[in-house]
Amino acid sequence: MDITLPILILAIPIAMFLILGLTGMKMSHKMAGVLGICGMGTTMVLSYIVAYTYFFSSGSAITADGMSMPFIVDGVRQQIQMFDVTWLSWAFERGTLTVNLGFLLDPISAMMLVVITTISFFVHLYSWGYMEGEKGFQRFYAFLSLFSFSMLGLVVATNIFQMYIFWELVGVSSYLLIGFYYKLQSAVAASKKAFIVTRFADLGMLIGILILSYYTKTFNFIDLTQAGGPEEVFNTIGSGSVFMGCSVLTWALVLIFTGGMGKSAMMPLHIWLPDAMEGPTPVSALIHAATMVVAGVYLVARMFPLYLMEPASLDFITGIGAITALYAAVVACTQIDIKRVLAFSTISQIAFMMVSLGVARPEIHEGLGYMASMFHLFTHAMFKALLFLGAGALIHAVHSNDYTAMGGLRKYMPITHWTFLIGCLAIAGIWPFSGFFSKDEMLSAMYGYSTFWGIWMTAVAGLTAFYMFRLYYLIFWWDENPHYKHHTPHDAPWQMSLPLIILAAVSCVAGFIPFGELVTWNGEPYHIHIDWVGVAIPSLCVAAAAILLATIMYRKKNSLPDKVAAIWPGLWTAAHHRFYWDEIYMFITHKIIFNGICSAIAWFDRHIIDGTMDMFAKVTQKTSYAIRGFQSGSIQAYVWWYFLGAVALAAVTAWAIL
Amino acid sequence: MNLDYSQFFAMRMELLVLAVFLIVFLFDTFASDKGRKATTPLAIICFGLATVAGFFCCGDAVTAFNGMYETSPVISTVKCILNIGAFIVLLQAVNWVDSEDGAIRRGEFFELLFVTLFGMYLMISARHFLLFIIGLESASLPLAAMVAFNKNKYESHEAAVKYIFTAVFSSAIFMMGLSFVYALSGGSLYFSDIADMIATQPNSVMLITALSFVIAGFGFKLSLVPFHLWTADTYQGAPTSVTSYLSVISKGSAAFAFLVVLCQVFGSVYSDVWEWMMYALIILTITVGNLFAIRQRNMKRFMAFSSVSQAGYIMLGIIAANVLGMTSMIFYILVYIFSNLGVFGVIQAIENKTGLVSMDDYKGLHKTNPWLSFAMTLAVFSLAGIPPFAGFFSKILIFTSVTEHESTALYVLVLIALINTIISLYYYLLVVKAMWISPDEPVVPSFRSSCIERFALWICTLGIVLLGIISCVYGTIYCVSDQAAANGFFASLL
Repeated sequence: MDITLPILILAIPIAMFLILGLTGMKMSHKMAGVLGICGMGTTMVLSYIVAYTYFFSSGSAITADGMSMPFIVDGVRQQIQMFDVTWLSWAFERGTLTVNLGFLLDPISAMMLVVITTISFFVHLYSWGYMEGEKGFQRFYAFLSLFSFSMLGLVVATNIFQMYIFWELVGVSSYLLIGFYYKLQSAVAASKKAFIVTRFADLGMLIGILILSYYTKTFNFIDLTQAGGPEEVFNTIGSGSVFMGCSVLTWALVLIFTGGMGKSAMMPLHIWLPDAMEGPTPVSALIHAATMVVAGVYLVARMFPLYLMEPASLDFITGIGAITALYAAVVACTQIDIKRVLAFSTISQIAFMMVSLGVARPEIHEGLGYMASMFHLFTHAMFKALLFLGAGALIHAVHSNDYTAMGGLRKYMPITHWTFLIGCLAIAGIWPFSGFFSKDEMLSAMYGYSTFWGIWMTAVAGLTAFYMFRLYYLIFWWDENPHYKHHTPHDAPWQMSLPLIILAAVSCVAGFIPFGELVTWNGEPYHIHIDWVGVAIPSLCVAAAAILLATIMYRKKNSLPDKVAAIWPGLWTAAHHRFYWDEIYMFITHKIIFNGICSAIAWFDRHIIDGTMDMFAKVTQKTSYAIRGFQSGSIQAYVWWYFLGAVALAAVTAWAIL
Repeated sequence: MNLDYSQFFAMRMELLVLAVFLIVFLFDTFASDKGRKATTPLAIICFGLATVAGFFCCGDAVTAFNGMYETSPVISTVKCILNIGAFIVLLQAVNWVDSEDGAIRRGEFFELLFVTLFGMYLMISARHFLLFIIGLESASLPLAAMVAFNKNKYESHEAAVKYIFTAVFSSAIFMMGLSFVYALSGGSLYFSDIADMIATQPNSVMLITALSFVIAGFGFKLSLVPFHLWTADTYQGAPTSVTSYLSVISKGSAAFAFLVVLCQVFGSVYSDVWEWMMYALIILTITVGNLFAIRQRNMKRFMAFSSVSQAGYIMLGIIAANVLGMTSMIFYILVYIFSNLGVFGVIQAIENKTGLVSMDDYKGLHKTNPWLSFAMTLAVFSLAGIPPFAGFFSKILIFTSVTEHESTALYVLVLIALINTIISLYYYLLVVKAMWISPDEPVVPSFRSSCIERFALWICTLGIVLLGIISCVYGTIYCVSDQAAANGFFASLL
């Protein structure tokens, strides 16, 4: 394999963005849609070829400088830089600063290529039906292409600076897509919120990157994580400088992780994700379920050998993840808007992956947590996209986001019903659906690290099964909504149904992929086995019990849910209001920061800074008028000034020096 | 002294320009009146080819004619950059030259321009003051004729008179300085001999006077304050093509020649003497240029003062006197060429159609001519140094080069330059404000500028957008400058 395919994978989406963005308004909707879908389809096929070649052929890659690099050396999958060109290079006398752009092929980037292009392709296809007739249809496709490009650039980054660039691009395209209905006040507010919160988190990430690269003198991932890199880093900074009880490396890694917390919606930076559901539903499926929100997980996985140097940073990740997972699962049990339930479910599942990464250690089942986290990232992307797209089909049919407007829909929308059920079974972790396998591996890793986290996360898994089936029953069973008589809901057109069916099929079989053979933390394949007695059967029992409970409570319309809620009314209300996180943020920003700090700064700005500037401007203007006589227009005067200038220059210098 | 004709091969950049000049001259002389119309395309095509060919002519560092002439990769690079600028100026001049106004003498315009370009090349490459003077004068005098080109306009005459008087006076001062230098060096005009002699002598009044007069001579070409007074009147009165040529090409070549003279001839008195002379001149130039620019309403006069203060920024590269300074000065000139010609391109397009050159006439321009407003805005942003345009990078690099010395005085200088950047932002944004924000009804009607004008503007705009982002340009300049430094460009510096 040479560099043609990698370049095409990046070039096609950006070309699509430029074509659709610049000329889209002159195209018909159909034309723009077909163009976008074909472009993304091609990218998907190319990504499959790349991933297939990397994983299953024993061949080698021809890198940009003509070297031939085998994919596997001594049974270890290699990290290969397909190309790594210097984009910016500033030469200073103290040294050269270069920023490279490249394409790094390794197990996780190959896997992410498959995930991103697959989901993106199905979302492109689905949007053709979902967004039909919307104003700005072409713009939507242009933004989808931009997002796909940014996300692909992010995962194949060869260095952390490139990752940061694409990280921000992803943020921008997410902003544009959430705010797609820019006339809707709530969508605008949501897009701003998402952008500001993630941008705020990225500030931490930038500081982390700067600290890290200041000490290590490199941005490159391979230099940082391979062959002596970590040891060297550790020797120079890990044990040396200490700031507030933690080593500099820990600080850098935790700060970098802050960026991941923002994008992956970890507590306390999760507040943007539920609101981001204001965007069109296909966008939620693509960005806020499958791809962008796992960027934080990907970031940690990408730098995992470095995190391994500082177990404290991994413990931090575990703690944040575990709390977020439980919190989001509890909140998800009480939401009314079906997309918000799915949003909180996403937060919880991503936190699951984070915990799994946080507990991964090479000595525990050969780094099982890492593999399991990536495995779950893959399966979750498929079934969560399926659930979101299913939710899109439901919203398309009943024109409301709330389950109160639904109920009994299984008769009217059989395709949506069955695919949604498969998605629910997968996320609940029922054998043989894909979620079972990945969740089982994650739980094994957690039990291997500490029983406490194992039990904690098993409980979260149980909650997951409960709230998903609560949602399922409330939508498809419960009680038939009387409004259907005026407007009978029906299954979506083929462009929307086809992605549902295919993703459902993938969710059924993806668990049987021998993931351990493909993606491991150090590239050495190993065979995974399921720990039936220790982990799988207990967690299956928990899930089954949760589903049973949900069935009892929500299968038919009854008053049981209200009674249960009435047992702890305070807890229910708090969870329903998402434990008042938004209110806390509002209080802090509006009451404390705006009133306390900002008004003082505003006064300073208005009186001191503006005053200085006004004075500055006045002096400048006055001087400008005062010296205008200098430019008299008389040539004699000019020559005199000239001569005096030359003589004065000589005289003053001579006087000063001699 | 034996003259080996193969030495002329070292001068291939000059010979290329000379060849273009001869082709145009001969054609213009012998063509029929009807056929003369072809002079314009002929000149442009020939010079375009010469520009391209120039890139393949950058050979190794060689000297010729007993060391009177020197060329090296960095010198060739500067010449290539000037070629590009001159080419854009030619493109922008087409409409004016072919109009009623200039039609009779269109050949002469090109011929004069090529001669001045030839003179500038000599000036850059000369390592002997006689050759240098020849270059200087052939770069200066024909420009007076070019300034006076609009012969039925009173302002054009005034401009030419002011230009020629100051030019002659500055030459006189310059040569007076040279005569002192000649005395100091004990009878040699070779740069290297003079440098050797100066290095062995203590600082004397004579040396300081000589140096001041030489700086004054260059100060005229670069319009440094207080040697800049001709600039505003000349820029305003001259045909716009000539103004843009004066402001970028003439200035750019003089800046590099100035660097050569200061570093190679007077290098040994850098930190004692001319660092402080330049220090004062830079502060004066940037500040006074800015202060005058604030009040201007005539766009050409406005650009005159803007270019005065820009010259001050270019001089920062000279005061840095290191590889980085040289690199960033050349880079600054390159960026300045694109940005300034972008502004002048728009001014000229509007002037050719409507004859309007006042900033007040630009009000509401975006309603009628959005693309012109867009190009102007980018160019002005680049001049003001707003990221991500090239001007930002050239400014930051030139500031960096000065701070390399880590001396307090130079930090203060950078600070003053920075404050002036803010002032300049104010008046540059006045143009943007007039075009985009002013609620008045547009004065300039909607029109479509000619193909060639748009082509020239596209080149400038692309340059402005890409130069900062694509760093290989800067990298290349750094390589050749580094090579020059390795060959002892800054060797005599103390």
